[in-house]
Amino acid sequence: MRFGVVQFPGSNCDQDCLHAAGAVMGQDAFYLWHKETNLCGADCVIVPGGFSYGDYLRGGAIARFAPIMASVKRFAADGGLVLGICNGFQILLEAGLLPGAMLRNASLRFQCQMTRLRVERGGEGPFASTARTGEILRIPIAHGEGNYHADAATLAELDRHGQVLFRYCDERGHTTPEANPNGSIGNIAGITNRAGNVLGMMPHPERAAEAVLGSQDGRVIFDSILRWIRSRHISSAA
Amino acid sequence: MPRDPEITPELIQKHGITPEEYERIRGILKRDPTFTELGIFSVMWSEHCSYKNSRLELRKFPTSGGGILVKAGEENAGVVDIGDGWAIAFKIESHNHPSAVEPFQGAATGVGGIIRDIFTMGARPVLCMDSLRFGPLSAGPDGTTEDLAKRNRRLLAGVVAGIAHYGNCIGLPTVGGEIAFDACYSGNPLVNVVCLGALRHDQIRKGRATGAGNPVYYVGAATGRDGLAGAAFASRELTEESKEDRPAVQVGDPFMEKLLLEACLELFAHPEAVVGVQDMGAAGLTCSTCETASRGHSGIEIELDLVPQREPGMSAYETMLSESQERMLIIARKGHEKEVERIFEKWDLHASRIGEVTSDGFMRVKKGGRVVAEIPARPLADEAPLYAREAQVPAPVPGLNLRDLPEPEDLGAELEDLLADPTLASKNWVWRQYDHQVRAGTCVLPGSDAAVVRLLLDELAPGFGSTPQTSNATPRISPVKYLAIASDCNGAHCRIHPRQGAKMAVAEACRNLVCSGAHPLAATDNLNFGNPHKPENFWRLRECVEGMAEACRFFGTPITGGNVSLYNESPEGAVDPTPVYCAVGLIEDEKHITTQEFKGAGDKVFLVGDLGQGLGGSLYAIRKLAKKVGPLPPFDFESEKRVQDAVLAAIRAGLVRSAHDCSEGGLAVALVESCVSGEAPVGGSFRLPAHARADEILFNEAPSRIVVSVAEGQAEAFAKLCAEHGAPCLEIGTTGGAEFSVTLGGREAIRRPVASLRAAWHDSLAKRMED
Repeated sequence: MRFGVVQFPGSNCDQDCLHAAGAVMGQDAFYLWHKETNLCGADCVIVPGGFSYGDYLRGGAIARFAPIMASVKRFAADGGLVLGICNGFQILLEAGLLPGAMLRNASLRFQCQMTRLRVERGGEGPFASTARTGEILRIPIAHGEGNYHADAATLAELDRHGQVLFRYCDERGHTTPEANPNGSIGNIAGITNRAGNVLGMMPHPERAAEAVLGSQDGRVIFDSILRWIRSRHISSAA
Repeated sequence: MPRDPEITPELIQKHGITPEEYERIRGILKRDPTFTELGIFSVMWSEHCSYKNSRLELRKFPTSGGGILVKAGEENAGVVDIGDGWAIAFKIESHNHPSAVEPFQGAATGVGGIIRDIFTMGARPVLCMDSLRFGPLSAGPDGTTEDLAKRNRRLLAGVVAGIAHYGNCIGLPTVGGEIAFDACYSGNPLVNVVCLGALRHDQIRKGRATGAGNPVYYVGAATGRDGLAGAAFASRELTEESKEDRPAVQVGDPFMEKLLLEACLELFAHPEAVVGVQDMGAAGLTCSTCETASRGHSGIEIELDLVPQREPGMSAYETMLSESQERMLIIARKGHEKEVERIFEKWDLHASRIGEVTSDGFMRVKKGGRVVAEIPARPLADEAPLYAREAQVPAPVPGLNLRDLPEPEDLGAELEDLLADPTLASKNWVWRQYDHQVRAGTCVLPGSDAAVVRLLLDELAPGFGSTPQTSNATPRISPVKYLAIASDCNGAHCRIHPRQGAKMAVAEACRNLVCSGAHPLAATDNLNFGNPHKPENFWRLRECVEGMAEACRFFGTPITGGNVSLYNESPEGAVDPTPVYCAVGLIEDEKHITTQEFKGAGDKVFLVGDLGQGLGGSLYAIRKLAKKVGPLPPFDFESEKRVQDAVLAAIRAGLVRSAHDCSEGGLAVALVESCVSGEAPVGGSFRLPAHARADEILFNEAPSRIVVSVAEGQAEAFAKLCAEHGAPCLEIGTTGGAEFSVTLGGREAIRRPVASLRAAWHDSLAKRMED
């Protein structure tokens, strides 16, 4: 499998994503420079966390105009897998690949902490097929603008199509206000597009892929991606 | 353009230059200086740049030995070998004065400055850490009014937000540090920031201008009037008028620094193209040009009209003294200009060629082709006058009379109160604002004795992952290093007995490393003191340096560099002597990584070290009496070493489940911290002999002690190992249950739900900051 990790000048989780996909998962992983348009045959494009162009205005507001993002949009439209993490999620929202918007955290402060995520739709799809619905994943967050917001119609739409993949929850799986680190509506931590091939999430699975870092729960997402791509390779070969 | 003012005695004095120093300047130039030259001398010969009041003392530190590859003072930061051809560069720096006046930008630019020092060495920065001191957050009998407390809260909030802003954006984990609160810091907070980077031995870069005719480039942010003469500002006492010095505080742009960082590291992968690099920190263009020339035994010539400028009409004086942030000076190799320019353009940075290296030893500054400054580089950079200031022993800190301290009736309530003191309470309100996990290497999160960070050496190498065509289809095992880092300094201890307080700071930092499973390698220090012209202050500085130097020699942790911040004084007086000591160690094996929290029920708890006695210097007594009281508990190196050696040996033998340094707050506080600092609190029942007053046993701050938990089946082996190392070792209890209880001589002294102790400790800081 080939993982392309987009590199904006202010990306700062690019190396971590490359490490997770490359050294940890044992796959081909390489950077995709923001000024380029060639995705170099990636099976999955990761838009990593960071501060793409400084983002003093608003997370991802400038990044959506980057040459690489035009290619990422075409890739997504063709069914390619796109995973946006943290600032990557913000960029996918700004680029219109996912619905809704990000507000500043309710605390008005940057929050870096371990969170628990309830898997809303496991056992299927490209990103959570190796997880069970209702399974709780321990994956950390680190952001100042992760307060997901959408209007009522959009939320109803997300629910109807099963697009909410992760919600912040407590250790028993309840999506309580106390378990919500940033004020996200409906405790939303990650959503997909309608087709299911684009995922945006605020928590960092690449920081939870090795025991020495305190959690390996983030591997579920990478494992699911590998399983999905393999099955597609097999079906296209058949 | 207005003409330069005439050089008068008043103008010279305003620049902080003494009549003797002025004569020395005339001797060097063999004429009177121009206005621009006077400004240049004033910043280069300020304490901040020249260490003129402290350098004679700093020479007492051990700076070589072990794996030191670049010594203190030779370059922007020291470099230490960590094996396998790799090394680390690290350093601490203060931004106290700017943070006092403008906390957010003051702290942010402090972080930016220290990061530049590290990547200038050719190292990839991998972590940041901070040592902070503030005045009390609430009104109290120590003289803190509600107004003052409010100001202190605003300073803390601003400094933390500034550190978070810069570190989070540039993508460096802020992995820990320490924060303490005391009335002496009310007018003058301390903001000391650490950065550490990793590099291969062959990547070490020098800040040298060599090879006449080599082009000199300026890269990064344009020069503005911000931060004018900040180094000189930092070398004065803070006064009511200091807020008018706000223009001396710079504004940080972490995104710009991220571009500079990546572009410079990419450039360094082309050693044929670059001769030297120097960041423009304190004293900006002035310092970077004369220092590179001085180190390179060469000269340098620049044209100020070629320097990118943010605002029109800047004079030569202003351009040379500006401390605008995020700027670098690059000495390229002639013939490789295109290569250098191309790399910076890739990162959307413009490299401006502003001059070239010369061979005549002069720093020559032109504006519009006219020479405005012409100074021999070496005397300017390296021959500032050095002063042995007058030292005088101050009046001793009074000793504690136990009769002034009535024995409390409810020791549990006393303990809970102590745990809620901001100095002891959990700092999660602070470190949750820092991205402490970016770079996916933080193995021990903030809040334990030392932060532990994993370095994947292959992935740190320049150019890793930048070639999309190469396939690495099998999981690759990169060589790994585990680093531990901790900083310490108890200002009250250094006030009571500067020499011993400084030794204890070194011992504690090394003990923190040992508790995490590391052996100490080397250290950096930040000397925060009051005005050195006051003989008592200078005596404290000298005592602390000598104590610290002796301890460094004993523990084999040479000083790789650091920072001196004097004039930490407000109208209320000087801060406590605060020589912050930040030590770095290596953990041999992932299995040795150890944290402070108890791991579950049924483990045996040991105190390695003595029970201690006496409440002099203890936070408990200082809080109760609202004043500092001595004497410090006895400290000796050999006892300390035995304790550290025993615990490290036990960790390496796989006998230790948790290890926690017992320091501020005493034994009772250390035990609670081990109970409550994990994700799931663990109770415990403890029994101690009653050899003194109850509060003495529980809250004395005797040094050289570690609380260790051990699986029941290994208790005997652990005790035996301690005995072999000659370290006192006492089994004091068992973990488990929902309560925290202590008996003294068989009588119950404390019984509290562990949840209520946890709440007091965990939520106290957030409550104070958000109420």
